[in-house]
Amino acid sequence: MPQTQHVGAERDRVDGPAKVTGHARYAAEFPVDGLLYGVIVTSSIARGRITAIDLDAALAVPGVVQIFTHRRRPESDWYKHDFSDDVAPPGQPFRALYDDVVHFSGQPIALVVAEEFGIARHAATLVKATYQAATPETDLQTVAHYTPPKARNGIAPPPARRGKAGDAPLRVEGEFRTPFEYQNPMELFAATAVWDGDDKLTVYDKTQGVQNGQNQLAKIFGLKPDHVRVVSHYVGGAFGAGLRPQYSLFLSAMAARALERPVRVVLTRDQMWSIGGRPATIQHVRLGAGPDGKLQSIEHDAVGSTSRYEDQQENIVNWSGLLYPAATTSLGYKLGKLDLVTPNDMRAPGAASGVFALECAMDELASEAGIDPVELRLRNYADRDPAEDKPFTSKELRAAYRLGAEKFGWGERNPAPRSMRDGHELVGWGMATGVWEALYVPHTARATLTADGKATIACAASDIGTGTYTILTQIAADALGLPMEDVTVCLGDSKLPTAPVEGGSWTAASAGTAVHIACSELIGKLLEQARRLNDSPLGAAGRDDVVLAAGRLQLRGDPAKFVTLGDALRAGGLDHIDAEGSAKPDQSVAEKFTANTHSAVFAEVKVDAELGVVRVTRLVIAVAAGKILNPKTARSQLLGGAVFGLGMALHEESMLDHRFGRFMNRNLGEYHIPAHADIHAIDIVFVPEQEDHLNPLGVKGVGEIGVVGTAAAIANAVHHATGVRVRELPITIDKLLPGL
Amino acid sequence: MNRFDYVRADSVDAAIRAAAGDPAARYIAGGTNLVDLMKYGVERPSLLVDITQLPLRGIEETSDGGLRLGALAGNSEVAFDARVRERYPLLSSAILAGASQQLRNAATTGGNLLQRTRCYYFYDVATPCNKREPGSGCSAIGGRTRIHAILGASDACIATHPSDMCVALAALDATVRVAGRDGERAIPFGEFHRLPGDAPERDNNLEQGEIILSVDLPPDRFGPHHTYIKLRDRLSYAFALVSVAAALRLENGAIAEARLALGGVAHRPWRKPDVEASLTGEKPGRAAFERAAAELLAGARGQGDNDFKIDLARRAIIRALGQAAAGKPQSQSHKRLEP
Repeated sequence: MPQTQHVGAERDRVDGPAKVTGHARYAAEFPVDGLLYGVIVTSSIARGRITAIDLDAALAVPGVVQIFTHRRRPESDWYKHDFSDDVAPPGQPFRALYDDVVHFSGQPIALVVAEEFGIARHAATLVKATYQAATPETDLQTVAHYTPPKARNGIAPPPARRGKAGDAPLRVEGEFRTPFEYQNPMELFAATAVWDGDDKLTVYDKTQGVQNGQNQLAKIFGLKPDHVRVVSHYVGGAFGAGLRPQYSLFLSAMAARALERPVRVVLTRDQMWSIGGRPATIQHVRLGAGPDGKLQSIEHDAVGSTSRYEDQQENIVNWSGLLYPAATTSLGYKLGKLDLVTPNDMRAPGAASGVFALECAMDELASEAGIDPVELRLRNYADRDPAEDKPFTSKELRAAYRLGAEKFGWGERNPAPRSMRDGHELVGWGMATGVWEALYVPHTARATLTADGKATIACAASDIGTGTYTILTQIAADALGLPMEDVTVCLGDSKLPTAPVEGGSWTAASAGTAVHIACSELIGKLLEQARRLNDSPLGAAGRDDVVLAAGRLQLRGDPAKFVTLGDALRAGGLDHIDAEGSAKPDQSVAEKFTANTHSAVFAEVKVDAELGVVRVTRLVIAVAAGKILNPKTARSQLLGGAVFGLGMALHEESMLDHRFGRFMNRNLGEYHIPAHADIHAIDIVFVPEQEDHLNPLGVKGVGEIGVVGTAAAIANAVHHATGVRVRELPITIDKLLPGL
Repeated sequence: MNRFDYVRADSVDAAIRAAAGDPAARYIAGGTNLVDLMKYGVERPSLLVDITQLPLRGIEETSDGGLRLGALAGNSEVAFDARVRERYPLLSSAILAGASQQLRNAATTGGNLLQRTRCYYFYDVATPCNKREPGSGCSAIGGRTRIHAILGASDACIATHPSDMCVALAALDATVRVAGRDGERAIPFGEFHRLPGDAPERDNNLEQGEIILSVDLPPDRFGPHHTYIKLRDRLSYAFALVSVAAALRLENGAIAEARLALGGVAHRPWRKPDVEASLTGEKPGRAAFERAAAELLAGARGQGDNDFKIDLARRAIIRALGQAAAGKPQSQSHKRLEP
């Protein structure tokens, strides 16, 4: 990049003031005239058929406008159309109010629409369904496990087995389990649908992908895509729950179309369990190594849960073939169909679960071999991608181990379990490796510059709370030589230039590059105008010879030679100039290289020696993620990831009652995430990493890497403290007590 | 949420008159639990009688040297009242162990006594629950029982009472003063909440329409020798898996009087006066504490998920009695458990 006044520097969030003053509007907050309110009624059984729904009492409530069910909905071809979306796995996507079949407990079976929210909510309690119930199967342990016949787009099946099982001198083996987890972003899913006639539709939606929702609605309702607009300027957290369009989007649009009035549908917190979350897993890891700790074999088999109607897939085991080289590498991944809603891609999908198992097993191997856990990983360091025998675009994981260990004081660790104490608390230090993909995917952005020196950046990408508005502002400000205040970034609107869902930690690299290129293209177009002036000082200049600074297009080496923005625009008779730029991944890079972010996570726990209460008193996460655009927002991302991982380690579990096929703790009082009291010191260390191949900015993204490895580091620290290996998350008192 | 009528009572008598004739009437003050239950469809009151304007807010000295906590005194007001902190630090500590600051600001003393179980099945109207719908069955038995009772449960209900404050009030031998159509009466704290038996729909022994006027504390007897330990699945804002309120009066290095109450393990705060009596005269120490723990937990039975609570309670009792004896009570702001 030519100038880096803002990129790479700590900058406050540009959307911060709007958010803290309440000016930022969320999906359920857009004022709409004549609005109706929809409240969803859900199924009480997990499997079977609806035999009847008694609506008499509900319909009799004054103010109720309509109640939709599978038998009371518009007769149209909508349900025959394709309900899939950009990130849908193989299968038949769930269609709300399609027929009498109940696929999961909490399935929407009716939508009560009323003049007021309170009326709709009251009437919804009067809807009484009767069912022909079948016995649900929700126990991943007992259902059949199968290899998904069709791979999900973007999720590589495990590579073929390499090598033969040998008799390694050192062997460790364990079964690991991770529970169902639910994102539970603060903002509930909500959609406000407004039709203009019967062929134009606007929906204010909570989503991570406005164009994903736009395309789905266009397909279902048979509309021209440019007649559907989905708006989601701000997102109150999503963590992957908003990647796929949720049924609130379809239901609001369907009801609004039928009633010819705007309709808003907001889920309850309880209903947030009906939109998928992190699938449960059962994993087996077997490691074999020589006396020196060098891995000879890695075997990692995982079973993940999915629904009966879709084969949701994630990459759980491939990381084990990527992180460490071993002559024998055997990775397996199967699914188990349960009578539950299809899981979704919860922050660091697959890696959060799979790396937990691998990195706990590595800790067990370190104990078995009598080798320091960091040293064990260094001895097994992969300088090339062992699975595909390719170099990495960049990989400063070795430096991450070193810098993280230094920051943490790892050298002071006594390797023996139960050897460190602080009064009556057992102290444990554990570590783990984290890894995530460094993704770079097509995005387009438009930059517009007006004669008054103000720039507008437009891209359909979402800012799900990560800081996208801010980093794009920084990139544009630097590229156009403007103060950040003179750059306005517009996101989260399907009419803006094309972007995929915001996920996979790819937005900073991809949207950022698109903005960078758009700004560069804009300067090129401006130069064309400037060269049209008589005796233009830039008459002989090429695109790379000029920069835009303080409203002047000037020669890079001779700032005295310039054309003002105003003069350049006037030369072309323009009042503004704009340009589009696209991030276009170079396929040859993907063929030649493997691209990942890496981290080294170090955790200190203190465990009450008698009562088993665990406190995570320190976390250090050293992250190698290429160029850090804004250390302040990036740090926030990683802190959030660390807390997410801590919750995974100690707290989060959606508890199923298999008799009902129903999650029982469907509220934030009983579904535990960390409280402030659970969070102590968290240090984020940015490891310098030069990334030259992936994209022009050298950015890799940090949205997910903070989660990966954190649970393993904490579990390993708990073992170091107590001598107790807990291989099933979350690590709760009951799992420690027998060993204390 | 269902539709309901609402009246604001301007006197205790008016409140009782409004509520006494209607079994589906509910008093509302802080509403921190009732409103949630209404949203879930668990409580479907026909009438809400708003009692927030009644003159029951004060915290006053009693003639015997104790303290009277008005039913409408806020949980935060009680916890931070200088007299409570000085003379009943156990109560202050227990209150601060519960909920969040925002909830404690809204919740009242009377409401805290009347909060209902957090049993998952009680909250989920799609599952049978004898407490919610008498005779429908108990779904918790054979289900997810992490937060359920290990003591005093019945075949009809294994729910626990979720309050922290009540565990301290039980240990302190408080008295609940109530009023109803037939006048006022005083209920010893240990007789206020019920075990589920075959009528789990009744959490307590209040009669229809009775209203709590105050909770009266007897004079303090324990000085610094008390503690409240709460063990839960995260370090704040979670209900107790097990909690222990302990208070000791020591004379010449021996226990002259002991109080020991458990929370999170039964349908009411769990106390056994004979166990406390058996500690009298003992030297405070691990042997005596272990024996007391075993006696207090005699007959404890797990339901599967919650089997661990028996051992956890045993360990917690020993720790709590140790803290009380040492006069080093558990801090509720520092989440590290004291030795």
